[in-house]
Amino acid sequence: MTPLRIVHLYPHEMNIYGDTGNVVVLRKRLEWRDLPVEIVPVGVGDDLPSDVDLILGGGGQDAAQGEIGEDFQRRGPELRAAASDGVVILAICGAYQLLGHEFNTAAGTRIPGVGVLDVVTNGSDTRLIGNHAVDSEWGRLVGYENHSGLTTLGPAATPLARTVPGRGNDGQDSTEGCVQGNVFGTYLHGPVLAKSPRFADELLRRALERRGDAAELAPLDDALALQAAEVAAKRPR
Amino acid sequence: MLPVMTGKLALAGLRLLGRSGNALPGLVVERLFPRYLAKTLSALPHGVVVVSGTNGKTTTTKMVAAILAERFRVLTNDTGSNFVRGTIGAAVSSSTWTGRLDADVAVFELDEAHAVRFVERYKPERVLLLNVMRDQLDRFGEIDHTARLLQQVASQATVAVGLNRDDARIAAIAGTIDAEPVWYQVADDLRHLFPTDEELYGGASRAARDSDGAAAELVAWDANATTIRIGDAEQSFPLRASGAHNAQNATAAAAIASTFDLTPDEIFRGLRAVEPAFGRGQSFEIDGRDVSLHLVKNPAGFRQSLAAARVEDPARICIVINDDDADGRDVSWLWDVDFTGLADGVPVSTAGVRAADMAVRLRYDGVEAAAVDAALAPAVDRALAATAPGERLLIFSTYTAMWGLHRHLVARAKEVRA
Repeated sequence: MTPLRIVHLYPHEMNIYGDTGNVVVLRKRLEWRDLPVEIVPVGVGDDLPSDVDLILGGGGQDAAQGEIGEDFQRRGPELRAAASDGVVILAICGAYQLLGHEFNTAAGTRIPGVGVLDVVTNGSDTRLIGNHAVDSEWGRLVGYENHSGLTTLGPAATPLARTVPGRGNDGQDSTEGCVQGNVFGTYLHGPVLAKSPRFADELLRRALERRGDAAELAPLDDALALQAAEVAAKRPR
Repeated sequence: MLPVMTGKLALAGLRLLGRSGNALPGLVVERLFPRYLAKTLSALPHGVVVVSGTNGKTTTTKMVAAILAERFRVLTNDTGSNFVRGTIGAAVSSSTWTGRLDADVAVFELDEAHAVRFVERYKPERVLLLNVMRDQLDRFGEIDHTARLLQQVASQATVAVGLNRDDARIAAIAGTIDAEPVWYQVADDLRHLFPTDEELYGGASRAARDSDGAAAELVAWDANATTIRIGDAEQSFPLRASGAHNAQNATAAAAIASTFDLTPDEIFRGLRAVEPAFGRGQSFEIDGRDVSLHLVKNPAGFRQSLAAARVEDPARICIVINDDDADGRDVSWLWDVDFTGLADGVPVSTAGVRAADMAVRLRYDGVEAAAVDAALAPAVDRALAATAPGERLLIFSTYTAMWGLHRHLVARAKEVRA
């Protein structure tokens, strides 16, 4: 079996709040099942490899998002092609915003996105911050949100999960993240996959299925992760 | 006089209730007498040193205070409160009831945000800046923001600013200040021991830096000896606080101390005498076992402590993670620490509110936790029982768990002696 090829986008520029941990989680969950995996870091100026199965992108500081902005724009066509080809993409926070149509900063600057996701983000003065547990189709997702960009979903994007006002995409519509085909966007750091094992496996299952490999994943003992998720969900914001 | 009396009455009230600490009396005085701090500190003949940065504040403040104590009467906020109220509380408790401050110079540790608030009230003569690393991002937002806070603090110094030449964000502050920049640095062949935030995250390594004219340099370091050069004077000595990061802190302290009228001999004497600060490498002997307590609060500090731990050759390790405000609510930083080095078989257990989170983190780095226990005392006792006499137990702990752990370890150490 050829290794599942996971691209880690901008590992140096977009890696705050432990988002690199999502790469570790997916790699280990494959290794524990004796499934071969290959991690390809893709930084500014690097080419996206061929035959990508899964792409992970994390959050970055404002300055870093500026540094990668142009490079990200340049990748627009290939990212759109990957998405329409069914490549599984998980984009956290800053990467989620950049995959949308545009980001309008609080200062009034319009940063164009690559339009993979039907979402628009507007900068705000309030920061949505704190522990966050939400219910999704793939079990409870548990992480930590920290953003001042407020994201509105268009008709092509389905909410990833439900939440309560004051949290999630725009702090008002009680949704968190979005799904569009095999592309997932979310504001959950944590890293989100560490305490959301069913969701982690759903990403792997979709990537394997798309390649035509047997997508039945052997069960893992996730008791510890679920225990950690239960504790985190009860902690104050 | 009235502010001091008010503060002292608050302090006495607390003692009656069986509690201690300078934070609450400081807060009372801060609210009632907003000008007290500036007025009191301006009477100090040798002024104020503010110590700030992400890692090493408490230890470095203690070192600066120990050096200055060779010549001066020193006021310092050594009770663990690094907010403005802690400095006020320290001033109140060191004053006579008539309001006279028994000190020549003050050394204050201030966290980055409170350092800004402090300099708005009093322009310090000296500022010593240590480093900018990712720490409690849920509170400060981003590290570039933290660097801007430190720049604001440095811009208010009137005499000198101690700057770390090995931290690019700190070094860049030199061009923005009125006071004299005073540099400290580590020797080229030691720089790998002090990775920058970028290097910790796999980014580009540093460009070569200008290395002329440092007031103090860490010339050599190993587990047994620290060698520091101050001007032309160089000495090698065992530093009681373990770890390369503490040797760098000592170099920072030496640099700012050299701007006072002190001889290199006095500075070295102060450094030789200084004991580790609370929970920063403190040791306890319990029933023939050596237990040492190490505060961890961010990825850079945790990685350095893990590296230092390997030198200590522990038989067991216990990692205690809480997530209260003072620890940082967001525990995702644990994923920025590489634990694969623990996969060699030293048994590791986890404790604290986020014990399960920590155990999950370890598992993904190939380390199976020997026990996972939210309650502190039972977790420590179990780790102790599993450590044979003559062996060493290392405890890494976040801030809020340290107080309970410290109390428990002190009690256990006494119980054994009795």
